[in-house]
Amino acid sequence: MLFTSYGFIAFLCILLLVYYIVPKKLQWITLLVGSYVFYAFAGLECLVFILFTTVSAYAISMLTHKAIIKENAYIDANKESLSKEERKAYRARAKKKRFRILLVGLVLNFGVLAVLKYTAFAVNNVNTLVGLFGAEGFSIPSLLLPMGISFYTFQTMGYLIDVYRAKVEPEKNPAKFALFVSFFPQLVQGPISRFSDLGKQLTAPHKFSGKAFTFGLQRILWGYFKKLVIADRVLVAMNTLLDSPDEYKGAYVLLLIILYSVQIYADFTGGIDITIGIAEAMGIKLAENFDRPFSSRSTKEYWRRWHITMGTWFKDYIFLPISVTRPMMKLNKAMAGKFGRVAASKTVAYIASGVTWFLTGLWHGAGWNFIVWGLLNCLIIMVSESLEPTYKKFHDKFPRLMSSAFYGGFMSVRTFMLMGLVRSLDCYRNVGLTFSMWGSMLTFKGMGEILSGGIFKLGLTAADFIIILCGVAVVFAVSKLSARQSVRERLYQRPVVSAVLCGLLFIAVITFGAYGVGYDASQFIYNQF
Amino acid sequence: MKKRIIIGVCATVAVILALTLVQALVVPKYIDNPEGLLVGEYYSEAGGHDVIFVGDCEVYESFIPAVLWEKHGISSYVRGSAQQLAWQSYYLLEETFEYETPQVVVFNVLALKYGTPQSEAFNRMTLDSMKWSSSKLEAVKASMTEEENFLDYVFPILRFHSRITDLSGDDFKYIFNAKKVSHSGYLMQKNIVPLTEEMDEGRNLRDYTLPEGAMDYLDKMKELCEENGSELVLIKSPTNSWAYWWYDEWDEQVREYAEENELAYYNFIDKTEEIGIDYSTDTYDAGVHLNVYGAEKMTDYFGNILKENHGLSDLTHGDAVVAAWETRVKEYYDERNE
Amino acid sequence: MEKVIEILSELHPDVDFATADGLIDDGVLDSLDIVSLVAEIDTEFGVTVPAEEIIPENFNSAEAIFAMITRLDEE
Repeated sequence: MLFTSYGFIAFLCILLLVYYIVPKKLQWITLLVGSYVFYAFAGLECLVFILFTTVSAYAISMLTHKAIIKENAYIDANKESLSKEERKAYRARAKKKRFRILLVGLVLNFGVLAVLKYTAFAVNNVNTLVGLFGAEGFSIPSLLLPMGISFYTFQTMGYLIDVYRAKVEPEKNPAKFALFVSFFPQLVQGPISRFSDLGKQLTAPHKFSGKAFTFGLQRILWGYFKKLVIADRVLVAMNTLLDSPDEYKGAYVLLLIILYSVQIYADFTGGIDITIGIAEAMGIKLAENFDRPFSSRSTKEYWRRWHITMGTWFKDYIFLPISVTRPMMKLNKAMAGKFGRVAASKTVAYIASGVTWFLTGLWHGAGWNFIVWGLLNCLIIMVSESLEPTYKKFHDKFPRLMSSAFYGGFMSVRTFMLMGLVRSLDCYRNVGLTFSMWGSMLTFKGMGEILSGGIFKLGLTAADFIIILCGVAVVFAVSKLSARQSVRERLYQRPVVSAVLCGLLFIAVITFGAYGVGYDASQFIYNQF
Repeated sequence: MKKRIIIGVCATVAVILALTLVQALVVPKYIDNPEGLLVGEYYSEAGGHDVIFVGDCEVYESFIPAVLWEKHGISSYVRGSAQQLAWQSYYLLEETFEYETPQVVVFNVLALKYGTPQSEAFNRMTLDSMKWSSSKLEAVKASMTEEENFLDYVFPILRFHSRITDLSGDDFKYIFNAKKVSHSGYLMQKNIVPLTEEMDEGRNLRDYTLPEGAMDYLDKMKELCEENGSELVLIKSPTNSWAYWWYDEWDEQVREYAEENELAYYNFIDKTEEIGIDYSTDTYDAGVHLNVYGAEKMTDYFGNILKENHGLSDLTHGDAVVAAWETRVKEYYDERNE
Repeated sequence: MEKVIEILSELHPDVDFATADGLIDDGVLDSLDIVSLVAEIDTEFGVTVPAEEIIPENFNSAEAIFAMITRLDEE
């Protein structure tokens, strides 16, 4: 069920209705049933996988928690008799044991994800390799990839690690835990929530609040506006450009980069708006996933503001643990003696970053383009970090420049273009092709053609572009306004203005949304019947 | 809180009104393909007809109610539409019985060759201008192709919204009132494009059985007419084109069906000489459909059949009906002789 | 406590760590600094800071860092 299907909207209406009709104690059960119904629409066989994750994670979390209780009890009981060193040694031993339990959970679940998502990619690479020696390759198995498996696996594994770290009390009710794994609005594209944020909220009773409900609906509407009016319309031109890359080189690549940036922003943030809006309408607050990312002035900042829940997941569960592992600490100390502390820490941080970004790339998709995409992001961050002192000197020389809006705008545009360039790797899906397209872009060939009407030959008319531009202008304005204070909060003080704007937005979505089958006049022309 | 609810309700009403307006603007106005307007024109003339025709282009290009009135004193209406499928004919008929009970219902059998939904465009042309009723609901459900969605029929704006970027003057001109295109359901074609090559037989088919999906609705039409005390008459309009070839095997099945159920069935394909149809002057598209001159001959000929075999001679009509027909006949000849 | 301030000052000589209380929230310390800091704490205090302890609340001020070290040492 796509967010943009009639079926989903009907499903949502029914669910919201039931959610507020049933006794408060049963609300979470409504959500659980709703989530499984939603998931069943993706295919009954997918249920097996999410159930596997739920059951295995539940068991592991219980075992881990039991171990922690035992540890604490032992320490408490032997407070007097144990020396500090003995206590620490016991803790370390116990933690190791606990870690083994966790490891089983991680291997099982990431194992399933890896097999389903990466087998074809791995076999492909092996085939290429053995092909070099003239051997015949293996056949590529076609495996089912259950909807949202990357998202719910990451969310659930984050939970297991949190339980292992004794950061959260695990959920003892398996049904309640199943809801945390499967909460339907975030199954498709995140955000990746933390149990400490979401767990208790999901199962708590929620009284109907007119304000929260309205805010939720507003946010959903806003999401649909971005997705339907902007993203899905831009997609038409993008597909034309991508279907025959040989025809659309040079300046067209630049056009693609801009179009794709607009498209993915509108589509992704719009989808998240719908997700967060649905939760909000139910009185549940989900973590924000975007914080006006295109206003970022550097790549590093961009990654703090784009797909935030994924970024923090990788930071907390990959980057930091790697940075403080024993071998890394040893490396850090050894290098500090020879090259100085800064250089040592940098080396450690860079190695950890490299691994993190490699995995981030792999997480986005099974393909070399995604891996290169991840590593390029890492490279850009490292280079700009290394150049930091140089920038600083430059900025110190021109203190007025730094604070000028123009320079700020320049930096944002630069980051936008740079990120767009790197992102085009997931458009062309092929590293070699992408690089050659980047090369052709430097020639700017075709600029004249685009400006003299070529842009209107990509499947979108002038009217379509006007709609897109107006849509982007509205999104930009709202984004600017929301920098200081939530737009909805401000509107809440003015109910009439709010009603008018929401009404207009709704009319705009229905009228200008690029949904359904496009009207094709020729199809309706009476041909000889 | 109360204030907010009132504002919310007002805004909802305003949005619905605005969207209704936008919807009226974006639905196709069918200026270049007036077949899309035929079904909707019925309602202003509904009631008091002696004969109702249902079927595809072979009824609305072959039978002229104005001529049937002028020559035979029979009051009729053609509820035809482009590629009207058997179930659409049935539901249109069901709807018609809500307005009136004609003595005779005429169904053109060509559509019996289609047993499944065919094309969205033709569905739309038949169904969109139908008024909402249980008949329309069922007609939509029976007609939708797999890609279509019921909601798109309830709210046509969902289907046609993308036309917002290519509206023309006509969309504004006919926003509330569709252009009138027919003469009691007859769509006038005055061009003459003679038939150049006679057809002897159609292309071979793999299976000559008329599909159950269509024959079931013929059954239902028969029952519906029986319940309402109307006589169902089956016809096949004259045509000479392999694209719309009427196979002997099909003819045989309809003939058998008619005999079994004691219905009249007239196949006019081989009666063209008797009717007086001349394919060099009486067709507007090289033998596929009759033009106005052919349709006049066809109507006159069929009028005699109705009178002689189906008890429609010496009908009496009220003054209002007579007056209305006088106007329609005049309008008809005005356009014909223009 | 002085030792913590000393370590911090080596990283950023221009910041007054005795009073600053938004080191993470205000972006004074970045992930690179944290990596250095964790290594230093390990050397100087013999305390291993596990990844889960690297959260803003534990690193926002010299005081918070010291409190964390003490707690980890005691556990």
